Amino acid sequence: MSGHSNYEPKSGFEKWLDVRLPIIRLGYDSIVDFPTPKNLNYWYTFGGILAVCLGIQIVTGIILAMHYVAHVDMAFASVEHIMRDVNYGWLVRYMHANGASMFFLAVYVHMFRGLYYGSYKAPREVLWLLGCVIYMLMIITAFMGYVLPWGQMSFHGAVVITNLIGAIPVIGPAITTWLWGGFAVDDPTLNRFFSLHYLLPFMIAGVVGLHIWALHVPGNNNPTGVNVKSKEDTVPFHPYYTVKDGFAISVFLLMYAAFVFFNPNALGDAVNYVPANPLVTPAHIVPEWYLLPFYAILRAVPDKLMGVVFMGGAIAMLFLLPWLDTSKVRSMRYRPTAKLYFFIFVIVTMILGYCGGQLPDNKIIPGLTTFQVAASDLNSVVWLSRLATAYYFAYFLIILPVLGLTETPLPQPESISEPVLSHPANAPAGAAASPEKRG
Amino acid sequence: MLRKGFAIAALGLAFIGSPTLAATTQEEPKAVHWSFEGPLGKFDQAQLQRGYKVYREVCSACHSMNLMSFRNLGQKGGPFYDPEFKNPNDNPYVKSIAKDYQIDDIDSETGDVVKRPGTSADKFPNPFPNEAAARASNGGALPPDLSDMAKAREGGPAYIYSILTGYEEAPKGMTVPSGKQYNPYMPGDMSGFWSLDPNKVPVGGFIAMPPPLAPDKVSFDDGTKSTVEQQAKDVTAFLTWASDPKTEERKSFGLAAMIYLLIFSGLLYASYRRIWANIAH
Repeated sequence: MSGHSNYEPKSGFEKWLDVRLPIIRLGYDSIVDFPTPKNLNYWYTFGGILAVCLGIQIVTGIILAMHYVAHVDMAFASVEHIMRDVNYGWLVRYMHANGASMFFLAVYVHMFRGLYYGSYKAPREVLWLLGCVIYMLMIITAFMGYVLPWGQMSFHGAVVITNLIGAIPVIGPAITTWLWGGFAVDDPTLNRFFSLHYLLPFMIAGVVGLHIWALHVPGNNNPTGVNVKSKEDTVPFHPYYTVKDGFAISVFLLMYAAFVFFNPNALGDAVNYVPANPLVTPAHIVPEWYLLPFYAILRAVPDKLMGVVFMGGAIAMLFLLPWLDTSKVRSMRYRPTAKLYFFIFVIVTMILGYCGGQLPDNKIIPGLTTFQVAASDLNSVVWLSRLATAYYFAYFLIILPVLGLTETPLPQPESISEPVLSHPANAPAGAAASPEKRG
Repeated sequence: MLRKGFAIAALGLAFIGSPTLAATTQEEPKAVHWSFEGPLGKFDQAQLQRGYKVYREVCSACHSMNLMSFRNLGQKGGPFYDPEFKNPNDNPYVKSIAKDYQIDDIDSETGDVVKRPGTSADKFPNPFPNEAAARASNGGALPPDLSDMAKAREGGPAYIYSILTGYEEAPKGMTVPSGKQYNPYMPGDMSGFWSLDPNKVPVGGFIAMPPPLAPDKVSFDDGTKSTVEQQAKDVTAFLTWASDPKTEERKSFGLAAMIYLLIFSGLLYASYRRIWANIAH
């Protein structure tokens, strides 16, 4: 997509086309010849996995839309009709429903990988921001998609989430009414959610195009975080990374298939197989697992508006990250202190996910009652969420900015090839693996 | 990094996988062995037939199954599937079951509302004309539609079986509202109905359905002894099948897909090793 091109049109047709629309050149430069650091590990295969996830969701989604009926009286039965009467409808629907979970699983690995190896740092800030935009679009798309089967959790989840917008002072209630297309979540809401759920994936695909463009200008980051210095440091994308990504995608599909075929409803909520009934509220309204950390942050804050602000802020942190991290060292391989805080951060996001699935008053240690702080027992999910939320924000607003200025990083290798060649496993027998350079 | 990552991911899954607790409490469902468990499990056709009989003679008096048609009974994997009749609409057994029902229709000549014998294309008829009628006949409670029951309840088949066999005398100190039964497997909050030690509130909840099964209430044509446990087990198997009638197709397709992906992954890994053999990385 940019830089020097090694493409040489061979046949007459290729030469003819190349001066008119160099699309074969674009493909060759992007996915065949593209110089890629040779030390990318399996954490770097999740970009390819995500492209496959998006493709699967769009294809299965288009087929589902052929059979789905966006009407409050028929939506639930139409989804069941897909599962029961449409040829292989169960396959398409279960792939789509579990595909959403797989998509988020992969995107979270992809994001943590970017956090760990500093893939958001100059000159890749725009690449990172585009990724954040994709993630936000994914959240909105997944939320709207979850509403479409019009089960109990679909409906009541939609009520809870759309009501959050009503927390915005002055204009909130008007926006909510506008969004609903009425005065409650009802048929107009379902119809517009369906329309937008069909539109947004194509917007995601568009931003993915930009994301890849922004990747191909500076090129891939790599686990050392050191810039590519010479041709020695890279291999052409094809066949080296097509085969490595291909293997990772195939293994990922194995796990995906295990859910689709043998445990298709494990990641969903049983209550969503009860048709929506506005008059009966489920005992426990929870979002799907991939949004639980945000739900925990929302509930950790006692005030509704501030809860919404913190939840939005949690995503805003990701957008600000390139300018919050003050360290010039990209990879946390050479930042032992930052590495420690990073792993705590990973665990904290999982604790938030756990808290999001529990009732706020549930005890962390069963049977132990401590003292009340801010109307809740200290030994409760809500206080654990508060501590975790505090760490989440502190990681971005305090730890990363301060650490970059105060920590002493380990020496970085001169080039990508250096640690590769000096890796003990690759060194000739008996050769010293440049011990002076190792931390 | 990789190993640490996996450890963290496993820890995370352990967190996420832990069951979400509600304010309501209930007894853990009974552990039952099912023929359809696991990736290779299949339904026992004789059990599905017995289960359908229990549904038809007991449950269907109050519960609808709006998503089911008679033809479903004769489709592949169904209780009355017969390989001789690939099209379940032609299955004579299914046809005769359907014929026993009188279905509301409109006479195309006169426009009058008429009754006609059912066909295999008809849906299971609803026992009540509307929700109000269903509630009026059941002390205000609405018997839930059973089409999706095994998918729509936490615990699935084990939960259904436990409810059906779990009725017991309410413990002393509990006030049971009129028209309700105590069932320890039903989710509920008993604290408002408990007059003894508030720290020892029994688990479970109230259910409006009186114990539906009794010994020999349904006679099984294949000679199986008709105990409450047997009836409950059979009807649970039937409801589980009905909740996802394509289960067997899904599992056999899945087995092939897994084998294909395993071989494909192996080939890709071998190619990967070979292509990267001369690259230090």
